[in-house]
Amino acid sequence: MAKIKMKKKSTSTDMTAMCDVAFLLLTFFILTATAKVPEALPVDTPASTVQTKLPESDLATITIGKGKVFFDLKGREVRKRALELMGEKYGVTFTQEEMDKFALMEGFGVPIQSLSQIIALKSADRNKVEQPGVPKDSLDNQLKEWIYNSRIANIETNDKELQIAIKGDAKEEYPAIKKVMDILQDQKINSFSLVTGLRGKDF
Amino acid sequence: MAELNTDGGGDKGGKVRSKKQNAKVDLTAMVDLAFLLITFFMLTTTLSKPQSMSLGLPDKEDDPNKKTDVKVDENRTMTILLGDNDKLVRYVGLLATPVAGGTPKDFVYGKDGIRKELIDRKKKVLEYTGNKEKGIIVIIKPSKKSNYRNLIDILDEMAIVDVPTYAIVNDFTPEETKLLEGK
Repeated sequence: MAKIKMKKKSTSTDMTAMCDVAFLLLTFFILTATAKVPEALPVDTPASTVQTKLPESDLATITIGKGKVFFDLKGREVRKRALELMGEKYGVTFTQEEMDKFALMEGFGVPIQSLSQIIALKSADRNKVEQPGVPKDSLDNQLKEWIYNSRIANIETNDKELQIAIKGDAKEEYPAIKKVMDILQDQKINSFSLVTGLRGKDF
Repeated sequence: MAELNTDGGGDKGGKVRSKKQNAKVDLTAMVDLAFLLITFFMLTTTLSKPQSMSLGLPDKEDDPNKKTDVKVDENRTMTILLGDNDKLVRYVGLLATPVAGGTPKDFVYGKDGIRKELIDRKKKVLEYTGNKEKGIIVIIKPSKKSNYRNLIDILDEMAIVDVPTYAIVNDFTPEETKLLEGK
């Protein structure tokens, strides 16, 4: 009897090409991903079913939580210019080094007078310090000035109107939110975004 | 043999033959890892962008004497009062003379509460006006004790139900305050 010998097939496939593609994609995603900066004031945003995304640039975020207001601005050049304008307004001078550091910083919640102390800290230590919030009462309305000067800075740098987003804590009482909205409306900013979390369809 | 011998050519005697190594490396684990990382980065980059809800407010009138009151049909308006502890009261029409079935009543947030009422009223108002341009008008009045979540929830309801006109009004009449406090 003739014995038919089965040809033994190799079970391992050549993975080189697959590996190449996988690493190419990996490199792409790593390079495009932006590192998440730790938030200065963590808030629990309320959920909504609306699915509009926030813009990536030309955006100022006002975070409201625990009765405090924090301010954050996107774009390095815009931040530098806004800080410069604010320094001029309040008579505080910032060195070039401080400006560069501020450009890379996350949101802050201190009066402009003590901003350089916060800038001097390491980014890991910044969140440990209790920041009192940007002053927003009628005697010393620095939040208003920040918004105003950021808008100027954004128009100068990017030639676009600055978008404002309000990020409020779910448990924050309405008057605190209303106060910020009033400050915005005093500058004729009548449309802005409210940052919300994601909610399921079946709400 | 088509092998390049890069020997210096000095000694011809002792030829050291190197062991022939397998050129193939098992890449399975490497590919596994790469795809795991790809998945991770893909998911984190697209999902990290926060959601937002755009809100437009009417122009603020600086001069209170110059107020231009716009007259609206009270049969088209529904007023929603937001109180503390997620309390929600709505009435249809005027508070003193509400339309049929529109007396002040408590509701809960969500699918089985205010949403049904909103959909129902929206339909009724359209039947009443018979004009698609003139839909329901919802007036949202958040009280001082209401929180931000309540406001977002009710604005979300407006988006879900697709209410054509809604406004956030901040002034309370004494009767309305009583309504929210009263049980």
